Amino acid sequence: MPSPMKAKHQRLVLISIAFIGLLAAGLIAAYALRGQASYFYTPGELAAAEVEPGQAIRLGGMVQTGSIKKQADGVTIDFIVEDGKGTVPVRFSGITPALFVEGSGVVAEGRMDRAGFFVADNLLAKHDENYVPREMKDMTSADVKKVAGTVAQP
Amino acid sequence: MIAEFALALLWLAAALALLQLGLGSYALTVRGAQFLPAVRPVAVAQGVLVAVSFALLIVLFVRSDLSVKLVAANSHSLKPLIYKISGTWGNHEGSMLLWITVMGLAGGLIALLERRLNDRTLIATLAGQAFVSLGFYAFLLFASNPFERLNPAPAEGNGLNPLLQDPGLAFHPPTLYIGYVGLSIAFSFAIGAMVTRDVGPTFARAMRPWVLGAWIFLTLGIVAGSWWAYYTLGWGGWWFWDPVENASLMPWLAATALLHSVSVLATRGALKAWTVMLAVVAFSMSMVGTFLVRSGILTSVHAFAVDPERGSFILALLAIYIGGALALFGLRASTVTEGSRFHLFSREGALVMNNVLLVGILGIVLMGTLYPLVTEAFGTKVSVGPPYFNPVSAIFVFPMLVIMAVGPLMRWRQDNGKKLINLMAAPALALAVALALVVLFAGDIAILPLLGLIFAAGLAVASILPLWKRNLRRTPAHIYGMVLAHLGIAVALAGMAAESAFNTEKLVASEIGQTHTVGPWSIELQGIDPIAGPNWTALEARLVTRYGDSATQTVMNPQSRMFSSPPTATSHAALLTRWNGQLYVVLGEEGDDGRWQLRLWWKPFVPLIWYGGLLIGLGGILALVGRTARDLRRKDQPEYEPVAAPADPKPVGGREALA
Amino acid sequence: MNRWPRLPIPSPSEAARPWHEARPIMKHWAIWLPLAVFGVLFALFATGLIAPGDRTIVSQMIGKPLPAFDLPQAVPDRPAVTRANFTDGKPKLLNVFASWCVPCVAEAPYLQQLADVGVEINGVAIRDRGPDVQAFLARNGNPYARIGSDDVSKIQFDLGSSGVPETFVIDGKGMITYQHIGDIRAEHVPVILEKLKEAQ
Repeated sequence: MPSPMKAKHQRLVLISIAFIGLLAAGLIAAYALRGQASYFYTPGELAAAEVEPGQAIRLGGMVQTGSIKKQADGVTIDFIVEDGKGTVPVRFSGITPALFVEGSGVVAEGRMDRAGFFVADNLLAKHDENYVPREMKDMTSADVKKVAGTVAQP
Repeated sequence: MIAEFALALLWLAAALALLQLGLGSYALTVRGAQFLPAVRPVAVAQGVLVAVSFALLIVLFVRSDLSVKLVAANSHSLKPLIYKISGTWGNHEGSMLLWITVMGLAGGLIALLERRLNDRTLIATLAGQAFVSLGFYAFLLFASNPFERLNPAPAEGNGLNPLLQDPGLAFHPPTLYIGYVGLSIAFSFAIGAMVTRDVGPTFARAMRPWVLGAWIFLTLGIVAGSWWAYYTLGWGGWWFWDPVENASLMPWLAATALLHSVSVLATRGALKAWTVMLAVVAFSMSMVGTFLVRSGILTSVHAFAVDPERGSFILALLAIYIGGALALFGLRASTVTEGSRFHLFSREGALVMNNVLLVGILGIVLMGTLYPLVTEAFGTKVSVGPPYFNPVSAIFVFPMLVIMAVGPLMRWRQDNGKKLINLMAAPALALAVALALVVLFAGDIAILPLLGLIFAAGLAVASILPLWKRNLRRTPAHIYGMVLAHLGIAVALAGMAAESAFNTEKLVASEIGQTHTVGPWSIELQGIDPIAGPNWTALEARLVTRYGDSATQTVMNPQSRMFSSPPTATSHAALLTRWNGQLYVVLGEEGDDGRWQLRLWWKPFVPLIWYGGLLIGLGGILALVGRTARDLRRKDQPEYEPVAAPADPKPVGGREALA
Repeated sequence: MNRWPRLPIPSPSEAARPWHEARPIMKHWAIWLPLAVFGVLFALFATGLIAPGDRTIVSQMIGKPLPAFDLPQAVPDRPAVTRANFTDGKPKLLNVFASWCVPCVAEAPYLQQLADVGVEINGVAIRDRGPDVQAFLARNGNPYARIGSDDVSKIQFDLGSSGVPETFVIDGKGMITYQHIGDIRAEHVPVILEKLKEAQ
């Protein structure tokens, strides 16, 4: 029977493996997070920030009243998201959430295209009575309220 | 009256938990040893009382007693009975009561049944369990009394979130919860063993059924949760890397690592400190998960009623339990005896690697989940989604799959690799065949799905190899359990990869009578009908679907539902499952021109994800049953045979640690 | 697991040694590392929880004039509410409620207390139906002088109110001077009376 490694040696190797493995996980994660996290902007911030077209971001604000335009294909809509400091035109193809209406709050996930349109893959309206997107908390309170809708407070 | 009686029982149970902690701690001192036998009955009584209290809460919900605030806020007399019952735990207070109920019952069961573990360690474990439950008792009794009255009683209850009115979700949270609580039992065992310095195979065998049980519930809970998100959100996705989902995944990853290391400790007496550490980490993750979900400090698409006060309370509990346990670990780890040695190239070595990789994945998920919180502290708002989680976790997942394939075929202690190379030929062949098939027939697919498909094929074959040339009749159940669970991983992986590789999707605005095609399907919208349910009304589409040239037509009815109390709208997807995939349709709104929005997906092999998940759970159940039966049959025999019996059988507690 | 020959572990020499002589597995700073990591996590969670201004959303409308509104009557026995009702020189309360809201039931007796000492309370029923409001008032008492019906939560948004129930103190000139979020409990009654006095 081949003799097992020396005890001290074995422990050291095990601890090193564990340590290196976890360190690697941490470093890879930290590196990837910087590149892959999608930033949240309001229309006002988006105007100031230089966002590359194609970079995944999230856009939050209010749907401007009177801005929702249905396209001829029946599934694409254009609308304008505003926050009082700026406006961004948004295009979305898909089934809108039930609570997505003009004047309501919305968080759109997607990217800017070269023409200055925000192309949304997904729209998040509030999901239930108690849901307020956390990103909304710094917006003007009247705006937040529109997102929040009616919250039964305990 | 029922509410008051139940509350009294709860107080009594809390008092017993306090007694359990005090008496247990005193019994561990030199002078208090005569109290050792008194702790078990206290634990049993505590479990019974809290369980009766919880049963009474269910009664209140079933009777729709609206004078109880919790019932009024979360129930509705028109709700179907099953949702009245599930309403009991579908809220903060009720779920906390469920938590301590399961914990109390588990403590009672340990007190009744556990006979192998050193008495002192057992008492320390029960005291630890009482310590953990006391925090939750305090939380319930002082900050979230489930039996509070409302005067005057409202005419009607506030309903339940309609999204929660769903069989999947009615039983998904409690399943996860029981998993979390199971980990708290493992945690109590770890505390007990650290207190008495009794970290050995006996301790591992006593802890193992609880870890396995917790892991089974977590697995099934995650599978159910993913299935729920898949068909209720109407987004066609089955996993969103959402904080709430991650909160359930992280304890599962830690529990999976713990499950494997506890086996090494039970069978081989190695990995002592590491196992204890993992037990603490696993419970921490379930607490962190609860904290993230309940405090609402992270944004989630899954809505929960959030409350920073509750968050603070859970955070305080987290600090006390986990901080305390880690400090105890720091103090005691250096006195835990060294475990048995092994060569790195051995089954133990493979399990260590598997553990490191699992914890690595855990770290990646944890960092991704918390990153938005970190950046927010610096004023930047981000969200982290699949573009981070998928590739980064893959870096660790694929090596882990290789180890999963190889590990079970290796010898304990040291392997020379000869037999292994022969055995691995079969999975390697499967992998190559899968690669050829994918390249030939699927054409151009992304790298991760491709890797997923071929690794799934290889792992599926490798996972069955531990049964190769074995007497199948005499193979113990837990080996079958392991084989099934590993096979389940391969099956689920195949489903995930196939879903992302072969998914086809179509979004249309359809006139009545129009036919659309998606993948091999043709789908005709025949009409839209209004229908009414018990507490909702809906518009329902009539879709006639046909697969390829097949003559059979199937009608599908996706709905968009309006609930009346509280007023909410949801869309209800319709699914049609064939052996080779699933057709998924969602009804949108009507356009100004009378056309209806439809979103159609053909998802080849997607059900494999959940079938695989169920296989994993089934494997766990087999292992649990097999292990428990075996443990009960040969009560005191260790799983390995020591060369010489220990010199003195059982002098004072704590010495067993050496064995 | 049974297919391989079992190897003798642990060695007898180790088995016979009492714990205090046992070789420590590791005496190293690394064993405190998990605690340190947890400390960092804890700090992160704590800051996340106490981050400024996170949950309670205070209306930006305090100190501003009440926005113009004109709501239809909600129930037959109470008149409708318009902005003009708040500019007669007398401070009043504007209470946002709904029949489907459980905390509103809880606050009903305290609103009644306020009404009993002569405070004029104007109510706005949010996303509600007339018969439901009537049933609610019949059951829980009716402290309101006027009740308007806001089916689309419009006035609620304009007020910067985040939920139901909420109560605003409006001075005699139509300025919002105070906002109470959530149900009014016994301890809030004196506070609100005080605020009304200040608004004179």
